[in-house]
Order: sequence, then C-alpha cells, then structure tokens
Amino acid sequence: MEYFIQQLINGVTLGSIYGLIAIGYTMVYGIIGMINFAHGDIFMIGAFISLITFLVLGIIGITWIPLALLIVLLVSMIIASIYGWTVERLAYRPLRGSFRLAPLISAIGMSIFLQNYVQLLQGARVRPMQPVISGGFTFLEGSAFSITVSYLQIVIVLLTIILMTAFALIISRTSLGRAQRGCEQDRTMSALLGINVDRTISLTFVMGAALAAVAGMLFVLYYGVIDFYIGFLAGVKAFTAAVLGGIGSLPGAMLGGLLIGLIETYWSAYFSIEYKDVAAFAILVLVLIFRPTGLLGKPEIEKV
Amino acid sequence: MKKTFKLSMMAAMTAATLGYGSVASADIMIATAGPMTGQYASFGAQMKAGAEQAVKDINAAGGVLGQKLVLEVGDDACDPKQAVAVANQMVNKGVVFMAGHFCSGSSIPASKVYEEEGIVMISPASTNPKLTEEGGENVFRVCGRDDQQGDVAGKFLKATYGDKQIAFVHDKTAYGKGLADATLATYQAAGGKEAMYEAITAGEKDYTALVSKMKQSNVGVMYLGGYHTEGGLIVRQMREQGMDTVLVSGDALVTNEYWSITGAAGEGTLMTFSPDPRKNPVAAPLVEKFRGMGIEPEGYVLYTYGAIQAWAQAATAAGSTDTAKVIKGLKAGKFETVLGNFGFDAKGDVTAPGYVLYKWTNGNYDYL
Repeated sequence: MEYFIQQLINGVTLGSIYGLIAIGYTMVYGIIGMINFAHGDIFMIGAFISLITFLVLGIIGITWIPLALLIVLLVSMIIASIYGWTVERLAYRPLRGSFRLAPLISAIGMSIFLQNYVQLLQGARVRPMQPVISGGFTFLEGSAFSITVSYLQIVIVLLTIILMTAFALIISRTSLGRAQRGCEQDRTMSALLGINVDRTISLTFVMGAALAAVAGMLFVLYYGVIDFYIGFLAGVKAFTAAVLGGIGSLPGAMLGGLLIGLIETYWSAYFSIEYKDVAAFAILVLVLIFRPTGLLGKPEIEKV
Repeated sequence: MKKTFKLSMMAAMTAATLGYGSVASADIMIATAGPMTGQYASFGAQMKAGAEQAVKDINAAGGVLGQKLVLEVGDDACDPKQAVAVANQMVNKGVVFMAGHFCSGSSIPASKVYEEEGIVMISPASTNPKLTEEGGENVFRVCGRDDQQGDVAGKFLKATYGDKQIAFVHDKTAYGKGLADATLATYQAAGGKEAMYEAITAGEKDYTALVSKMKQSNVGVMYLGGYHTEGGLIVRQMREQGMDTVLVSGDALVTNEYWSITGAAGEGTLMTFSPDPRKNPVAAPLVEKFRGMGIEPEGYVLYTYGAIQAWAQAATAAGSTDTAKVIKGLKAGKFETVLGNFGFDAKGDVTAPGYVLYKWTNGNYDYL
C-alpha cells in the first residue's frame, strides 16, 4: 500500500507537468483547429530562460527563495510569451486562410528552428542545475517503506491546479474567453461581430506559451537537467495527453496528462519499465477506438 | 537539356580532380568522430581535444612520412544512423584513418563502412565486444572490452556487496545492455542472484518510478549499464526519495559533467575504467600541457591521443599510409604512447591492462 501511494505521488507529479504542457496544445487547437508543433520547444525555451534567470539571480545575490521563484516565474513567462507571439506571427498568421496543412508544416519548421537556435546559443550539452528547493515530508519513517513527498512535488501539483482553474475561468467567464470561444465556433462571424480575430489568436498563443514557461520552470526545478532536446519528448507526451483527454478541452488536457503520467508510473511499478511507453500508447489507441474525440472531447457534429 | 548535363558533368569532374589533387599533394587526412552534440557531447569534446592536440604535436615533430596530418571532426550524436552517414562523409573526404567513434552503437555500424572502403579505425572508447569480434581486419581499439569490464564489476559486486540486494539496469543501447549483461553474467556465475533487471529509456528525465521500485525491493546497490546523464539523474532522484543506494557503473561516467549533474548526491558512486592514463609518468608533460590550456585530460582525451599516436607510429614503421600495410604494422608492432606501451592482438583488441574500480568523491574520481 505504501508503495502504491509513493508511485501515485510520482505519477501525479509527472502527469501534472504533462498536463500543464498539454493545455497549451489544446487551447491553440480549440481556437484555430491546428496543432502547434512548436509548443514543446517553447516549453524548452521556458526551461532555459528559467535556468539562466536562476543563475543571474544567484550572481546578483537574490537568494531569498520565494522572491527568486517569483522573479523567475515572471521573467520566463514574459519572455516565453514573446516567443509564442512571434511563432504565431511568423508561422501561422501569414498562412491563415491557406490550405489546412500549410501552417502545420510551418509549425514543424518553427520547432526545428527553435531547437537548433537553442543548440547554437546554449551548446549541445546538458545544462545541470543544483536543487534550489530541497527537502520534503517523510511519512511512516522507520517502517519497511517510508513515503516521501518533496516540497517541490507539492508545489508542482498545486501550481498546476491553480493555473488550470485560472485558465478555465478566463475562458468561461471573461470577455477574452468569450472572444476565444467565438473564434473557435466561427471565425468569420466573430469578425463580423467586431471581435479582433488576429488579436484573439495571438493572445491564445501567448497564454499557451506562458503556461509552457511555467512547466519549463517546474521541470528545471524538479529534474535539474535540461538540454535543447527536452521539448521534443515532452511535446510528444503532452500532445498524446491532449488527444487522450479530448483535444480542445481544457479539463481533458489535465485529465489526459494525469492519466499518461499514472499509466507510465504504474506500469513501471508493477510490470516492466521497458514497456511503459507501449502501455501508455496502447491505452491511447483503445480510447480513440471507442471515443474518437478523446475522453472529454465534444463530438463534432457535421450539419448538413 | 543535353548541354546542361554535359556542363555539370564537366564541373563535377573538374571538382573531383581538384579535390583529389589538393589532398594528395601534401597532407594526410585523418578523422575523429563522436557525439559532438547531444546529451553525450562532453565525451565528443574529450575526443576532439585529444585528437587536435595529437595532430598538433605530431605535425610539430615533422608529421607522418614527411607529410602533415589534417584532422576532420565528425558528429554522430551517438546515433547509429548518423554514424553511418558520418562514415560515408569521411570516406568522401579521403580520410585514411578514423580515431573513433565513441558509442559502441555508432562504432559497430560505422566500422562496416570503413571496412568496405579500406580505412583503418581505432576506437578510443567503444567497449562492446562485438566491435572487434565481428569487425573486419581494419578495426582496432585502445580501450578495454565490456566482457573484461563486466568481469571485474561482477566479481567486485559479489565480493563487496554479497549480502545486498542488487538491481541491474541498462539503457537499451549496444554499450549499456552489453555491459549490464556481461556484469550480470559474472555476478550470477559467482553465485549471486539479482534483485531486479530493468531497462530504461535514455534521454528521459523522470526515473522516479524506477527509484521507488528499487526502494520497495530494498535495493542496496544499483548497477547501471548506461551513460552519465541517466546515471546522474537516477542518483539524484534516489537521494530525493531518501535512499542511500550505491550506484556502480562503467566507463561512461568518466566525465566531470557527471558531478555537475549529481552534485553532492554523486558522492561514493563507483565505476570501472581502465587505469587512469593521467597517472602514467610518460603522460605527465602532456597532462601539464592540457591543464595549461585549461582542459582537464579526463576520460577519453588521452585515449584518443594515444590512438592517433599508435596509428602514426604504425604508418611510419610501415613506410606508407596504405591500409593493408598499416594494419599489418598495427598487429605486429609495439607502440609507445601516452597510454603506456601496448600492442594489438589478432582481433584488434589492445594488450593493455584491463579495468580497475574508481570512486567519485568531492567532484573527482580516483582509484577505490
């Protein structure tokens, strides 16, 4: 039982990071119906910016951890947002209204560009960072299996829940959210009703990038090792999570992320670690056979 | 259409002649290849540093057969497919000798290309037995083999940690799996019984599930067939979950980058590696020279240097860079290098001493 709980903690933490990235995929898909393949790389850039900001703060002597975290969070969100906005401006907006596959290809191009850009700027080696927040709680100490929860794991899960709720509220309650939902349903009609479609789509990319930056910061803090290639692996997993949960649905992305994290962890825990990806993708295939729109996705109704 | 074709043919022929002419006139092209980018890039940097210095020193002493050496550096990113592409590139550039590659998974497929094209290859670092067992006449290495390494590690595990639960983990690469299996075989032959045998995926960052699993099985020692990035992350995550399990691994941990990943968590990590060439008296002036340039000649720096020295001496003795003659020279001769004096056996394996255990303490590794 203790072992089960420990693996639950591992799985939920991993799933939260996947979910946080998956929200970015799902939002962009919800608005423009396109997968933003550069999203994983924005996450990677967010992680690098966080690492650099931590180092800079260390040099100038800001070592009070809550303040440092807040500064890093803001800096990485702002800079990553600029990247997100630029990606939209360069790879999506010029191709809006052209055939459906064009922006998809340009986004893949953007993803390759960003990877190589970071590789050239930061080098191809892994970049390590020593733990900033260490320690945690230990339960059942002295028994056969003591459960450990680190402060960071708690921070990751809490922050994910808070951001998830905040973004769900933005989309369902604010005028920006109303505009986003309008664009999702009918872009031409929204424009006729006075919604600035370009601006709404840009803001969606900015929001997605800011979330990816948060995930990047948590990734650096939790694992402590990053390289220019992390965006690819994390992106694939998060994209899978978004599809599993139902792409276009915010709670779906979170649910999908958690499920992928938990399946991977429990498969590793009770079966073979070697085949954990097989397990995760097998479940994805099964879900898509029975629910092609994912767990919480709305079925698309074609009006004839 | 026809005219264009003719023109382009002419251009190609001219280019080919020019290219051939410039290489043949004065210089001998040699190469090194390894992971210059990617997560194992610190090893690529080691090879590059060693090779550049070796070429510089040999040229300063008059070159080989009166000709200057020119170094080409290839990047295979430890990817078998890219290794074959790099090998073909080197063939096209007219390289006569390859001091590479690094990862066994790259060296083995690349060696087939070199064999077909008649290029001598001395790997400074690839330890998988298959490289020389299945490789052609042209394949040599100056490092040990994983069956030797696994033998030392397996016996050590049984003798030192006989009463502990031991987990064997590998990263599914040619090097990692080969080494873990060799060690496990020796450990079992000595009467040990493994607590766990698992495979991880290199490049991932989350190994918490593996760590909890080892905690559940009360694993006291973990043997990893894999590279320093994964080893470092696993050690970090073990300490975070309050485990004091000892990591024992192989020669892919011999880079200071390991310590920069683990920090204090890496204290006490054990690994097997050939006797440290830095401690070799013959190498002392060279080690000083490297340190003067701000390069620590750790890991495979001196091995790459030594591989090029061995080839240069064989070519000089043979009086030619012709592949068949150099191969004969390499198999027959004894070479005085920074790695000490050694020769090669019929398979192309080095006749130097095998493996010893090292321990990581306070950011450095030294004999246990």
